[in-house]
Amino acid sequence: MSTRLQTGGRLIDRTKQIEFTFNGKRLNGFKGDTLASALLANDQMMVGRSFKYHRPRGIIAAGPEEPNALMGTGVDGHFEPNQRATTTELFQGLTSQSQNHWPSLEFDVGAINSKLSRFFPAGFYYKTFMAPRAAWKHVFEPIVRMSAGLGKAPTHKDEDTYEYFYAHVDIMVVGGGIAGLAAALTAGQSGASVLLMEQGVTFGGRALTDGVEIDGKPAAAWVKKTLAALKKLPNVQIRNRMMGAGVYDHGYALGYERITDHMGPSTGPRHRLWRIRTKRIVTATGAIERPLSFAGNDVPGVMLAGALRDYIADYGVSVGDRTVVVTNNDDGYRTAIALHEAGLNVPCIIDPRGDLDGELPARAIALGIRIENKSAIGKVKGGKRVEAVTLCAQAGEGGTLEEIKCDAVAMSGGWSPVVHLWSHCGGKLNWDFDQAMFRPDPSRPPLGADGTGFVIATGTANGHLDSASVMKGAVTAGKLAAKETGHKATGITPKASDEKASPIAAVWSMPQGAIYALKSKTFLDYQNDVKVSDVRLAAQEGFESVEHTKRYTTLGMATDQGKLSNINGLAVLADSLNKEIPQVGTTTFRPPYHPISFGAIVGDARGELFKPIRKSPIHQWIDDNGGDWEPVADWRRPYCYKQQGETTEQAVTREILNTRVNCGLLDASTLGKIIVKGPDAAKFLDMMYTNMMSTLKVGHCRYGLMCTENGFLSDDGVVARLSDDTFLCHTTSGGSDRIHAWMEEWLQTEWWDWKVYTANLTEQYAQIAVVGPNARKVLEKLGGMDVSAEALPFMRFKDGMLGGIKARPFRISFSGELSYEIAVPASQGQAFWDMCMEAGKEFGIQPYGTECLHVMRAEKGFIMIGDETDGTVIPQDLGLNWAISKKKEDFLGKRAQLRPHMVDPKRWKLVGLKSVVPTEVIPDGAYATDGTTRQNGVKHMIGRVTSTYFSPTLNHAIAMGLVEFGPDRMGEIIDFPTIDGDIIKAEICDPVFLDKEGARQNV
Amino acid sequence: MSNAVSAVQGASFKGSISVKDAGLQGMITLRGDLGSDTLAKAVKAAVGVTVPGVGKINTGKKGSAAWMSPDELFLLVDYATADTVVAKLEKAITGAHVLAVNVSDARAVFNLEGVGIRDVLAKGSPADMSTSAFAIGDLRRTRLGQLPVAFWLDSDTTATVVCFRSVGEHVFNWLKAAAQKGTLPKYYI
Amino acid sequence: MLLLTCPYCGVEADETELTPGGEAHLTRHGAGSSDDDFETYLFMRKNPKGVHFERWRHAYGCGKWFHAARCTMTLEVFGTYKAQTFEPPKALINNIKKKRPDWEGFVK
Repeated sequence: MSTRLQTGGRLIDRTKQIEFTFNGKRLNGFKGDTLASALLANDQMMVGRSFKYHRPRGIIAAGPEEPNALMGTGVDGHFEPNQRATTTELFQGLTSQSQNHWPSLEFDVGAINSKLSRFFPAGFYYKTFMAPRAAWKHVFEPIVRMSAGLGKAPTHKDEDTYEYFYAHVDIMVVGGGIAGLAAALTAGQSGASVLLMEQGVTFGGRALTDGVEIDGKPAAAWVKKTLAALKKLPNVQIRNRMMGAGVYDHGYALGYERITDHMGPSTGPRHRLWRIRTKRIVTATGAIERPLSFAGNDVPGVMLAGALRDYIADYGVSVGDRTVVVTNNDDGYRTAIALHEAGLNVPCIIDPRGDLDGELPARAIALGIRIENKSAIGKVKGGKRVEAVTLCAQAGEGGTLEEIKCDAVAMSGGWSPVVHLWSHCGGKLNWDFDQAMFRPDPSRPPLGADGTGFVIATGTANGHLDSASVMKGAVTAGKLAAKETGHKATGITPKASDEKASPIAAVWSMPQGAIYALKSKTFLDYQNDVKVSDVRLAAQEGFESVEHTKRYTTLGMATDQGKLSNINGLAVLADSLNKEIPQVGTTTFRPPYHPISFGAIVGDARGELFKPIRKSPIHQWIDDNGGDWEPVADWRRPYCYKQQGETTEQAVTREILNTRVNCGLLDASTLGKIIVKGPDAAKFLDMMYTNMMSTLKVGHCRYGLMCTENGFLSDDGVVARLSDDTFLCHTTSGGSDRIHAWMEEWLQTEWWDWKVYTANLTEQYAQIAVVGPNARKVLEKLGGMDVSAEALPFMRFKDGMLGGIKARPFRISFSGELSYEIAVPASQGQAFWDMCMEAGKEFGIQPYGTECLHVMRAEKGFIMIGDETDGTVIPQDLGLNWAISKKKEDFLGKRAQLRPHMVDPKRWKLVGLKSVVPTEVIPDGAYATDGTTRQNGVKHMIGRVTSTYFSPTLNHAIAMGLVEFGPDRMGEIIDFPTIDGDIIKAEICDPVFLDKEGARQNV
Repeated sequence: MSNAVSAVQGASFKGSISVKDAGLQGMITLRGDLGSDTLAKAVKAAVGVTVPGVGKINTGKKGSAAWMSPDELFLLVDYATADTVVAKLEKAITGAHVLAVNVSDARAVFNLEGVGIRDVLAKGSPADMSTSAFAIGDLRRTRLGQLPVAFWLDSDTTATVVCFRSVGEHVFNWLKAAAQKGTLPKYYI
Repeated sequence: MLLLTCPYCGVEADETELTPGGEAHLTRHGAGSSDDDFETYLFMRKNPKGVHFERWRHAYGCGKWFHAARCTMTLEVFGTYKAQTFEPPKALINNIKKKRPDWEGFVK
């Protein structure tokens, strides 16, 4: 059984007991434990079920590479699935649940899949869920949904907060092991600014567990001294619990800081996503031990040798009483020695290698540990727990020579450098045959903005497995980074010494000629249940590219992205294809290195900060007075103002009738207002608009159209000439920023010699429209300037004072009524609005919303950008030829409007549509058909509706639409089929339904 | 103008730093040839400072002048005087191609105070907030969260943030969230 | 995530402070132009694997348009320059030629 030892555990504090739960069971651990070490201390060896076969799975690693021990932690608003027990720090009250089993971890129905495993080969999904179609919906999908998926999605809103932080630094050092520390100190002492990050809690890395000596003393002393020296440097920042998550172009990197995960629910941000710009990145991210491929290598109790050693040294936890060590390299012997020194039994070290001249094997022999050379594990016996292993010859097919009773197996297949950060942005790798590993190729680094490499790999991440080379390399890396960031590099290399090691043997299959029965129980990828037999089958079926094999077999997918499985898997693939490993290559390393929370990615953009909302100066009043909000670009505008008991429709009808009869008040502040000034302003606007703007008189207004170079309508609005060289251009509410940028683009990049300045004054003014027959009376009551028809005629504006506020009323009308749009300083917008409401009381003034505006403009046949236009409509389609100057030599869009398709008489053109049955409103987006059918069986369409309303003014359903030869077909009745099969008949008519002469507005 | 109100109407917050609505602030956009003597004289007369260099803000007794782009200055004056200053500028630079407009009502301005101002701004801006890259007298136009802003340091512990009026509330709420007590990473302090 | 230096304000701007504007140095063909010229202006764009000249706007900064010479493969930035020009500066072209001897040179 796994248990807590009486002594040992350099990371735990035995005086501080911590209570936590696992699947509802109350358990105890110590401060400093991870959830994994605490579970092992409580003999909880089995921690989950595998993804596909629901096989019992135990903890296999001690770090972020752990594929099995995935937990749901926390409850309700703090619940999070798929948390690694090996990186989850224990805290008082931590709750955890195992995943992927039903009804319980101990007894699981899905485990039947394991017995059926030969029916679930590689590519099972692709081969099975093909046909019939009905089976997918009724059989496959329900089953797959029940059994698939790791963990459960949270059901509550995340109660934690998250944030970003943008950091700039000369050198970012990732990894707080001895290599990272040495590189950071060297770079820091050379004067560069340094950000050193360590994903775990403590610094020093494996060196502290593995008894490395530096400068003649245990590594711990050097680590302590170095940390102290680093902390003294003002140019160095050290952060633990922060992972180097990803490396991107031009020295951009992500750091994932877990601020409160080790404390449980707390105030303040839980995770902070660091967005770092750095000149150089030193990746000292260490190495990950590889499993060995033998049958039953997934039975709980089989663990990476280094992890087993960690649990003893770091947490004082033994995984078993009798541990068989199986290793193809000398490092595995460390575990055997550590076990022996902890008073635990090591029945045998199984080593496929022959003659060994290394110091560690010699020490093991001296301790009296049995060593079986040229040997292998045939298979592991046991279901939920290791019971024994069979010993066989590595060279054979797996015939049992002896059965060795044990309750744990420590395996070491060698070490793989963590090259992820080197590779994320394109750093290339070389296969090191001697050490059986991929390591960074320094001649092919990821390149930065200046074309030079910006990532430097060091330590074991660079393939240096002995501490002497690690120290030398780390100081060199620190110096290089310092030099390349413009600093004078200095640094002394600490001396470290290592045992003489015998060479590793590349062992990808154990035993070498394992029969199918063994291979089909030999797991490569624990998380995805991919076996040696699956990869061989994929190769046999023609999946030769490693990327294809990955997707076909799911090798290296999911949350661990093959940290343990990739190298073993591609070695098997290479072997199946009779290729060398470097010929097969690796799959692409993509960020993040390790899963990061969605919360961290989202940052603060949640709730009220999700997306900025633009608010007009009248926003609060509208909100307080029944405004029914709708989004208009980033603004919010009231669709209507609901009075007590009113439906939306009733409110809109009331607003329309009141505005047409009495007076309405509209907040038009969102309209764009761009000032264009300069000796060439008129010439410039002649290019921007289809109209002739240069002939506009000072004090006058003109409605204008803007097109893109494709000829399509992009915006419209009223232009006012403020002075000879100054114009004020109104844009649509959604168009202000876009049109301002559009103007600047042409001025800066095409006509940069033209003397024109623009300024976006959209938000300088609140713009209030006073509309309706009583509009003038309201303004006259406010007083301050002459707003009579003579002093301020239609399509003019004037500067003056209204009600004591500096105002500029424009006599423009989007409703067809007598109308003033009054611009006042935004800061006084609310005050002016209040005055209008007060003054208008006796004249029946009421505020109105955007739907009332829409209906009134449709009654008048005014087009709306975004309704009548959709990016494919030219002004000519809308009968706006009167607004297209024929005198101008050029304007944006002119050339395009002459292209053959643009002058095609068959283009759909704007008409009015009057429903034959007055109450039948044509649905939005309806198409007109002519009764014929196209070759493909679809009804032939001859037009579509662009705006459609019920007009309370006319007491009739009206619409505007684009219809083939429309203007030539006045009086014709056409069909609009609806979704439910009915047909609405409508008569083609003039789009101006009300007051064609303009008598109402021009008074 | 007693009925004039700023976008967030005096809102304030105190966390790891304090965030305060600066209230009504006179602001003028001045576009023109920043190298011309006439313009320099007009600016000096209007706000009492010389034309700032690239990316700088000059502050004097009457107001400030900030460099916004190669042909644009941003002048800060008393709210009540903005229109008068615009008129003065236009008069002083008659004949030259310039644009001077009052934009006092188009912006929201916030005062930040506390030792953590650099850390707070670095939660939302990709700009380098280190002392060597950003000093008193520098002005940076950048992105804060999802919005364009301009900010500068008035001292080691005070900063001014300017954004568009319509998003004043959003920026205030953003600053409030970023300035919550105990949430500064203490990277730039 | 690119980092480009705005040639107007000198700010080393993050990609999120910029808006992209496609290929640089297009010649506008307006009213009266031939079908071919207009087609080229409106639709035809280079898509080189290697040296490319493109437009960027410092949208969250000084608001100015500038041009960048960039390698579309390695993302190396050879330089940025102001947009008020019909072709890249000579010094920049020479610099690129030095770094990319096989480059065909600037073709409008």
